[in-house]
Amino acid sequence: MAKVKGAIVVDTETCKGCEVCMPVCQDNVISMSKEVNRKGYHYAYMENPEACTGCTNCAIVCPDRAISVYRVKVSA
Amino acid sequence: MEVLDIIKPENQVFCKTKLMTDTPLSYCPGCGHGTAHNLTMEVIDEMGITEDTIGVAPVGCSVLAYDFMNIDMTQAAHGRAPAVATAIARTWPKKYVFTYQGDGDLAAIGTAETIHACNRGENIVIIFVNNGIYGMTGGQMAPTTLEGMKSSTSPFGRDIQTMGSPLKMTELVAQLPGTYYVTRQSVHTHKHARKAKKAIRQAFENLKLKKGVSFVEIVSNCNSGWKMTPNDANEWMVDNMFPYYPLGDIKVNGKLK
Amino acid sequence: MSELKLMKGNEALAEAAIRAGADAYFGYPITPQTELIEYLMNEQPEKRTGMVVLQAESEIAAINMVYGAASTGKKVFTSSSSPGISLKQEGISYIAGAELPAVIVNVVRGGPGLGTIQPSQADYFQSVKGGGHGDYKLYVLAPSSVQEMSDFVEDAFDIAFKYKAPVLILSDGLIGQMMEKVELKPQKQRRTDEEVIKECGSWAATGRTKGRERNIITSLDLQSEKMEARVHRLMKKYEQMENEDLRFEKINCDDAEYLIVAYGSSARIAQKAVEIAREKGIKVGLLRPITLFPFPKKQLFELADQVKGMLSVELNSGQMVEDVRLSVESKIPVEHFGRTGGIIHTPEEILEALEQKIINNGSIRHHKTRESSIL
Repeated sequence: MAKVKGAIVVDTETCKGCEVCMPVCQDNVISMSKEVNRKGYHYAYMENPEACTGCTNCAIVCPDRAISVYRVKVSA
Repeated sequence: MEVLDIIKPENQVFCKTKLMTDTPLSYCPGCGHGTAHNLTMEVIDEMGITEDTIGVAPVGCSVLAYDFMNIDMTQAAHGRAPAVATAIARTWPKKYVFTYQGDGDLAAIGTAETIHACNRGENIVIIFVNNGIYGMTGGQMAPTTLEGMKSSTSPFGRDIQTMGSPLKMTELVAQLPGTYYVTRQSVHTHKHARKAKKAIRQAFENLKLKKGVSFVEIVSNCNSGWKMTPNDANEWMVDNMFPYYPLGDIKVNGKLK
Repeated sequence: MSELKLMKGNEALAEAAIRAGADAYFGYPITPQTELIEYLMNEQPEKRTGMVVLQAESEIAAINMVYGAASTGKKVFTSSSSPGISLKQEGISYIAGAELPAVIVNVVRGGPGLGTIQPSQADYFQSVKGGGHGDYKLYVLAPSSVQEMSDFVEDAFDIAFKYKAPVLILSDGLIGQMMEKVELKPQKQRRTDEEVIKECGSWAATGRTKGRERNIITSLDLQSEKMEARVHRLMKKYEQMENEDLRFEKINCDDAEYLIVAYGSSARIAQKAVEIAREKGIKVGLLRPITLFPFPKKQLFELADQVKGMLSVELNSGQMVEDVRLSVESKIPVEHFGRTGGIIHTPEEILEALEQKIINNGSIRHHKTRESSIL
C-alpha cells in the first residue's frame, strides 16, 4: 500500500496564531513559533514535518486560510 | 523525502479559494466567521455559479463580508437582509441569492424579516452565524445568549425573568411550511467544517428546486466576546452551546426530522 | 395606445407604473393610499409585463425590498403615507447613500403620530429637509392632479436613473382619493435582464461576470476621506438637479402685486382663490412649485422685486413658508396660511388670509415669535 507524505505551508503574515489548527492535527505536526509576525502573532509552523500526512484537517479549520497543504504518494 | 520536494505546485491538495479576496480578514483570531466565509465561497466556486450569485451582507462583525467575498454583494441595513434578498430573488429568479447574518441581525431586529421571508418560502439561502453575543459593538447580550451567560449588558449573567430565554430561531423557522431545508452546523473541527460545507452545498443546490428557504445555522465561538482563547472558546461552545443548540438536520426536503 | 380614463389618483399612479415598465412594487396597506397596492394586485401585472408585486410584512421590509431590487438595477418603487414613510427613513437614507435609483410615493395624511386619515401637507419638512439621517437630499415631485399622479411616475424613474438617487412623489390624501380624467401613456416595454445588465452592469450587483471586478452596493465608508468624497459626490448631484431639473408653474404672475405660493392640492384650491381675487380687482398671482427640491428660489427672489408680499398656503402649520422666506431674503413680507388636522382650506379662507396677513398688514417680521396661523 502506498504511503503518503504531506507538508503544509503557512502564510506566516496571514496566520493570527489562534491555534485552532493544533487540536485537529492528529499527527502532532503543528506548533506555534517563538517568533512573531509583523502583527505580533506567534504563527503556526511544522514542528514535526516528518509526521505530516497532508490530511488537510488544519487547513479546513483555519479561519484565515493561512495554510496550504501538499501531499505525495511514496512507494512503501 | 524533503519538505521542499513535497511542496511542489503539482502536489497541492488544499489552498484558499480564489473566490476570497486577498484582503486580510478583519475577524478576531480563531473566529468561526472566517471558516464560514471560506466554506461558502468554496461551495460557490465548486458549483461554478460565481456569475449568478448575489450575496447580501449584514450589519455585525461580518458587515465587511463584501471586502472578503469575491462576488457581487449588497450590504443590507441591520436585520433587513431577508427583505433585501427577497426582492433580488423575485426580480432575478435565475440567480443564486443568499444572506449571511449574525444573531443580532437575524434574531433581534430582523425577526420579522426572517420569519416572513421563511413563511413566504423565498428562493434564498440564509446562513446564520450564531455565537450568542453581539461582537461588532463590543460584546452585548444577544437573543441567543445562554441563560447565565455574561455579556456587557448582562454582566451578572442572562436572567430569564427580566431578559427572556435564549431564542431558538432555527427550530422556529423549521415549523413554517416555507422552509425546505433547516440545519444546524458548526465549523470548529475538520469533521464539523466538512459537514457544514456539505450542508451549505445542499442549501445552494436546493435553490435549483425553488421549493423554499434553505436555512443553515452555524453555531460559532466568539472568543473575544466570551473572553477566552479560541480553543477554550470552542470547548466552551461544545460544553454549553451545543446542548441548547443541538447540531444536525432539523428539516430536510420540506419534512421535519 | 394612450387612453383617456376616469380614475382615482392612487390608481392612476399604479397604472402609470405598470405602463412605465416598472419591474417591481413592494408595499404595505395604509390609509389613504391602500388603493395603490389593491389596484396592482387586481391588475396582476405579473401577467401583463412580468412586474413583481408583493405585500411586505411592514413598511420597513418594503423599503428594504426596494433597496434590494434597486441594488441590482431594477426599476422599483414603494408607497405609503406619513407614519409609514417615517418607518422607511433609514431605508431611504441607505438608498441615497448607496446611490441607487428608486421611487417612493407619500400620500400624506395628517400628523404627527397616528394623526388622522384625512389629507395634509405636513410632511414637507420630512421630504425636503431631512427625513432620514445624514447628508443627502431627495428629489421631490409634487403632483396636484390625477394627471400628474400618472405623468410623474415615468418622470420620477427617469430622474432616479439619471442621478442614481431616490425620488419622492409627494402627494396627499386629496389628490390620491379624488377622481379625474387622466390620459394614460402607452405601455413601455419592461427591460429584459440583459438590458438591465447592459444599462446598469457597471455598478449593479447582478452577478460577477468574467472580466469585471465584483460590484459592491454599500453606503458604508469607514475611511473618513472616502466618506467625505462620497458626500461631495452626492452634493454635486443635487447641484445638477437644481441646474437642470427644476420644475414650477406660474399662473397669472405677469402683473401680480401679491403672490400665493402653494403646491399639490393647496395649489388647486389657491388657483380658485386667485380667480376670486381677480374678480374683486386684487392682482394676485400663483407660483406652484412642482419640484419641492429643487425649489424655485431664484424665481421667488425675482418676484420679490415685483410683488408687495407673499402668502405660502399649505395644509400644515407652516413649513414651506420658511423656504419662501429664505428665497426672498427679507425683501418683502412672507406669511403662511393653512388649515391642518385634515381640514381642507377653502378658496375664500385663503383670500381672507391674504387680505388680513399681507394686503392689510404687510410688515416683515424679524426676530418675532412664530405667529399662530389660525385666523
